[in-house]
Amino acid sequence: MILLVDLGYRPDSLPRDEFVNPVARIVEGAGISWRYRHYSGFNKEELPGICGIILCGTALKDNGFLEHPERFTCLLESPVPVLGICAGMQVLCQVFDGVVQEGSEIGMTNIRVCRPDPILPDRDSFQAYELHSRACDPPPGWITLAVSDAYVQAVRHPGRPYFGVMFHPEVRNEHVVEGFLGICRKKP
Amino acid sequence: MLLGVLCSGGKDSLYACGRAIEEEEVACLISVRSRNEESYMFHTPNVHMVPLQAEAAGIPLVSVETEGKEEAELSDLARAIRLAVDGHGIEGIVTGALLSVYQSTRIQRICRDLDLWCFNPLWHADQERYMGRLIDSGFHAIITGVFSAPFDATWLGRRIDRKSLAELKQFSEKYGITLTGEGGEYETLVLDAPFFKKRIVIDESGAGYCNFRGIFRVRNARLEAK
Repeated sequence: MILLVDLGYRPDSLPRDEFVNPVARIVEGAGISWRYRHYSGFNKEELPGICGIILCGTALKDNGFLEHPERFTCLLESPVPVLGICAGMQVLCQVFDGVVQEGSEIGMTNIRVCRPDPILPDRDSFQAYELHSRACDPPPGWITLAVSDAYVQAVRHPGRPYFGVMFHPEVRNEHVVEGFLGICRKKP
Repeated sequence: MLLGVLCSGGKDSLYACGRAIEEEEVACLISVRSRNEESYMFHTPNVHMVPLQAEAAGIPLVSVETEGKEEAELSDLARAIRLAVDGHGIEGIVTGALLSVYQSTRIQRICRDLDLWCFNPLWHADQERYMGRLIDSGFHAIITGVFSAPFDATWLGRRIDRKSLAELKQFSEKYGITLTGEGGEYETLVLDAPFFKKRIVIDESGAGYCNFRGIFRVRNARLEAK
């Protein structure tokens, strides 16, 4: 069971259609069940029975989730694999003492792989869809996996299966989510 | 939140409008009428029907014309959106974008520059599930343009219902068309929607078809009580 966390401004609001449901479709396509939870109700009670957490993106102007870092502190202790997509990468960055700051990219962008990883395409570079108004300096010790000309695009925790991607893999890079789901399947 | 819905008159923009009405407040429809039949962004065969749709829904309309030159039409779109901000106080835009990164990127950039929210409730939706919901929730959409094999002339003016959806699904599997017509294989016009207060009745229309390309044009239409 994958937990899909909605970072939109209200439970079941318009960003769910746009940023959570497409990810749910990829999870379903991989034959894995999922459960929806808005971040306002996200806590450690959610974690038993979960094999992975995906923190989904939200609308470009929607930054309210950054005002509630306390909602995500259970991630500091969880052994469950986590994938943060765009806003979700910003959450990971904030929780683990990285820096979230102004920084916008919109549209298809060239991404260069700095360090090969199972969740990324097996190529030196690839095109990905960007939609963000904030960017991240990764938390101390985290590994930068990929960059664009402007910003860090993919990171992972040095010891745990925690990943962040600034681009939207649900658009033309579904294999990134599928790669993450493969890691969730292997985790005992 | 007050929203303006970019409306071409087709099923996707009006379905997105319905979702926006469920979640927020739709203050106006926004229509850009392109004189360029090859416009990537705005051309549809029956965009002249949007004012009647707005009247049927009881929603104000903001409409501008564009010559349809590739980048100039984007500044015309921004002009239309600014008119909607000034006239109706909208805080965001809703589109019916399904898969087009080209359209989505440009509209998202305009919204960023104007400090507006941008919502695309059909973005990368499951196409078959969406088409099913469109039919089951009471939208009356007809096909008003075909631009791809294997569509023949009988498709022009045909309603999208469970039977036609089953045939579209066969076309999708056999010929690779997108089920929703997002690849430009067909265009639609909405005559009724769950949030319409009146329905549109076509009194006069004309159709032309040749070599897998055809257009169904509405010449006269009126509103009827539901």
